[in-house]
Amino acid sequence: MDRVEELQLLTEQALGLVKRADDLAVLDQVRIDYLGKKGLLTALLKGLGRLSAGERPAAGAKINEATRLVQDKINLRRTMLEQEAIDAKLALETIDVTLPGRGEEQGNAHPITRTLKRVEAFFISIGFSIETGPEIEQDYYNFEALNIPAHHPARAMHDTFYIDPATVLRTHTSSVQIRTMEKKSPPLRIICPGRVYRCDSDVTHSPMFHQVEGLVIGENISFAHLKGCIDQFLRAFFEAEVPVRFRPSYFPFTEPSAEVDIQCTACGGEGCRVCSGSGWLEILGCGMVHPNVFAACDIDSERYSGFAFGVGIERLAMLRYGVNDLRLFFDNDLRFLKQF
Amino acid sequence: MKFSNSWLREWVNPELTTQDLADQITMAGLEVEGVEKVAGDFSGVVVGEIVTCEQHPDADKLRVCKVAGHPEGEMQVVCGASNARIGIKVPFALVGAKLPGGVRIKRAKLRGVESFGMLCAQAELELGEGGDGIWELPEMAPTGTDLYEYLELDDETIEVDLTPNRSDCLSVAGIAREVGVLNRCTVQGPEIGPVSQQNDQSLPVSLLAEAACPRYVGRVIRNIDIKAQTPLWMQERLRRGGLRSIDPVVDVTNYVLLELGQPMHAFDLEKLSGGIKVRMTEPGEELTLLDSQKVKLQEGTLLIADEEKPLAIAGIMGGLDTSVTGDTQHLFLESAFFNPVAIAGKARSYGLHTDSSHRFERGVDYRLQEKAVERATQLLLDIVGGEPGPVHIRELSETMPAERHITLRRARVQQGLGVTLTDNEIVDILTRLGLEKIDQNEEGWTFLAPSFRFDLAIEADLLEELARVYGYNRIPGESFAAQLEIAPRPESETAQREFEQILLAHGYFEAITFSFIDSDSAVLFDPQAEPVALQNPISAELAVMRTSLLPGLCKVLQYNLNRQQNRARLFETGLRFVPGPQLRQEQMLAGLVYGSRFAENWTGNKDAVDFYDIKADVEALLAHTGASEEFHFETAKHPALHPGQTAKIMRGNCEMGIIGALHPQVQKKLALRKPAFVFELSLEAMGKGRVPVFSPLSKFPEVRRDLALLIDADVPANSLVKATVAAAGETLIDLKIFDVYQGKGIDLNRKSVALGLTFQHSSRTLNDEEINAAIEAVVGKLEEMYNASLR
Repeated sequence: MDRVEELQLLTEQALGLVKRADDLAVLDQVRIDYLGKKGLLTALLKGLGRLSAGERPAAGAKINEATRLVQDKINLRRTMLEQEAIDAKLALETIDVTLPGRGEEQGNAHPITRTLKRVEAFFISIGFSIETGPEIEQDYYNFEALNIPAHHPARAMHDTFYIDPATVLRTHTSSVQIRTMEKKSPPLRIICPGRVYRCDSDVTHSPMFHQVEGLVIGENISFAHLKGCIDQFLRAFFEAEVPVRFRPSYFPFTEPSAEVDIQCTACGGEGCRVCSGSGWLEILGCGMVHPNVFAACDIDSERYSGFAFGVGIERLAMLRYGVNDLRLFFDNDLRFLKQF
Repeated sequence: MKFSNSWLREWVNPELTTQDLADQITMAGLEVEGVEKVAGDFSGVVVGEIVTCEQHPDADKLRVCKVAGHPEGEMQVVCGASNARIGIKVPFALVGAKLPGGVRIKRAKLRGVESFGMLCAQAELELGEGGDGIWELPEMAPTGTDLYEYLELDDETIEVDLTPNRSDCLSVAGIAREVGVLNRCTVQGPEIGPVSQQNDQSLPVSLLAEAACPRYVGRVIRNIDIKAQTPLWMQERLRRGGLRSIDPVVDVTNYVLLELGQPMHAFDLEKLSGGIKVRMTEPGEELTLLDSQKVKLQEGTLLIADEEKPLAIAGIMGGLDTSVTGDTQHLFLESAFFNPVAIAGKARSYGLHTDSSHRFERGVDYRLQEKAVERATQLLLDIVGGEPGPVHIRELSETMPAERHITLRRARVQQGLGVTLTDNEIVDILTRLGLEKIDQNEEGWTFLAPSFRFDLAIEADLLEELARVYGYNRIPGESFAAQLEIAPRPESETAQREFEQILLAHGYFEAITFSFIDSDSAVLFDPQAEPVALQNPISAELAVMRTSLLPGLCKVLQYNLNRQQNRARLFETGLRFVPGPQLRQEQMLAGLVYGSRFAENWTGNKDAVDFYDIKADVEALLAHTGASEEFHFETAKHPALHPGQTAKIMRGNCEMGIIGALHPQVQKKLALRKPAFVFELSLEAMGKGRVPVFSPLSKFPEVRRDLALLIDADVPANSLVKATVAAAGETLIDLKIFDVYQGKGIDLNRKSVALGLTFQHSSRTLNDEEINAAIEAVVGKLEEMYNASLR
């Protein structure tokens, strides 16, 4: 067998073995057997010395070419075998990714708080600040300073819880208006969220509920500004062009006063059970701050004017989320709370 | 205020449907609460006349009548009413008639006698309360006329929910006036002229409470016929206005009340001794009221009295002894003006609320009294006859309500309402409302308020009137301009909402419970305190102000456990009310956990939650302040918590909260199967934290050494940590307790604690000797302080 034939034979043998090698150890053995220090192809290179100087370069090049070819195939085969090994290993590590994750579930804010947060966010974004006050309140702040003297018939509009003759559970967060006006001078833009209490309990009345009171005082604040503010708020809250109407009403601490209705969100104004057939839902009370209230807080009503509004949060939440029973808010049934 | 639509239409009749009229006055501030038909749905009922009336042959209680009224002639009707008798006119439901509630009248046989129709009681037609016996119609009712038409029942009752400022609308006349203004149409009431006197008799009247009653109008009417019947039309109008017919005299005063808004009272003249005295109560006086209750008259109550005794509580209710009865022959009519301030709150203090007090405490037109007397006289003469005396007027001009002059500046209209009205519009609207323009200058006008509008006193009141009549909804909405400034927001302060957010992320659900609880629950959690009590609670369940949020959360837990929820993580924020010389209203954050550590899941971890789970949640809250090293936990006792699993949460030396397991006895009382863990923190104490301050990072390696120690079982971890930190020196940068073991293999009074100490120097590498020295110092110190030994 001449050298050329031998080279060809060894090359073919090696390539055949590479192809058949089905694990990395066998493949490595092929490399050692043919390309290692004592390998068969390596031996051919060593035999070059016996050739003439003229033959050597060509013969060397051929051997080198064969060696490279075998080495490439080995590399290729190794990459493939390694990949297979990894694949096999990973296949064993497969998990069911559709099982739920481990750890604590996420809780929810109460729908009342959720609603309060939204309301607060709207007003904070246009420069209002938040004020709070006590819930056990002096008669003065809850009534007197709001132009509701003792025995005023308007007191009958508030079913008041009494602690003693001069102390009540606040019937509205309007008391915080007074406390704020005593502390700070105009211009003012505040909202006062919080719990309020009325001595009334049935399907549609809870003895405790939540209100947000708003107050804007500045120079030249008009009834048109009040209307603009309420309109914008209701549209933002319901994320809809909901029709709004202002009805003259009466609160001792505002003049003019208005009750605001929105078109019934349940029936679109057709009349239904939710709106007792009227097509409208009473949603908040508002008005221009009464000069007597300014006087009680030492604010000059010739220079300043302002508006105030009070909105019931339970009502907003019921309409927004379709809650059909006021009492659900205070049962705190987890199945209810988890829905928000 | 409830009234009949057809009555109103007699006064003012704009071209509007009833519904449109209701909408119109609602939008003018007189909120219509309801519009209802005045009668039940019935047909086929006519005015019948009983022609014969005989005993039923087989039934004691039945009568067999022949009744006229059917188009085809007399019909035989069997009737069970005891008042059935010959000659009376009655509602006669013919065969085929439909009665309210859908009842159809058919031919029937009662105990063998045929009956063609039915004679009806008032209640059966839903026309009143009369349910015993058939309804006797007036003699002049034309037999055979359809009853629906005869009674003009094609009418509606309109009920208006008036705000307290609009006392002027507490009458048909007042509503009519308002409707006239809104529709620019004429308002025409009945003609009320002076009725000429037929005798000279009058009663002297002394007004002794000048401020409370500055005006009193009286009239004597002699020789009335109290047996006369109130005409049906008047009974019907009263009924449609929500009042019952009582006797002709009371009915007339009530009618005038509804028609004109003036509450009146009629006394039996014979029972009065001498003249009328309007005065305040004297000590020890008593009066039996019309409703038969005897009351002790309170100081400061305005009375109508005679020379000897109190007759009535002025403006609220008359007395029984001087009231008109079936024997009354002569009347004394009262029509007075009582100052609202004198009446306000008084009715309520006697537990009363009457149509009269409702009007007087809101304000009755102080110019209305004579007109009302004349109207009542006119009606009385028509019904009960009699001879009127002169109208006797007493008035104290000094204490009469002052005329109200109100200045309106043109510029304020635009400024206040944000809409431009022309001078003509302004003056027109206000004049239509009954204000009188008495002066005018460049700036604006001065108006005189009408005597019936107690709510008009200042400029703002006129702005409201303008806006109301112009139409609130025609005023445009505008955005207001504001000079905004950035307000400081201290970074060291944490808002409540942030703490809430942390708990939500830890799986807590927010609850909102009532601030008032039952006193048993309050005492269970706070036996020492005497919680603030409500004077007028809704119920014993909601009677005292909470001194802790925990009873409320426990109640929520119970509620949910009763609904097959077996795991709960709950929190609430809100005030607690701590009684004391100075009541404290403190904003708190409270939490409760119960059941398994994790929600049921496929990993099979069913461990029950314990103290350290909830403690981690509290530590997360404290850490959020940025000042967690200022807080620590101390073993504590709490009446509602487990004596061995309770800690107070301290900030420095100040107790700011509590954490622990519910006391097993409390747990049992609340019927909880498993332990519950709770915390309650003062939000104020947590609100102020710290702004972070950077400290440079060391480039030099950390060295960790672990120590396994045996120490006395009662040594608390934080003491151990404190001592270790003190002994190890400044290079100790971290210390962890990574194992605690008590039990098998260890002495009963000892425990094994493993500490991991990490050392690092800020500017160089620490060598072995330094670390060894620190460790030795620690071991020595712990040995000395806590009898610790290395394991």
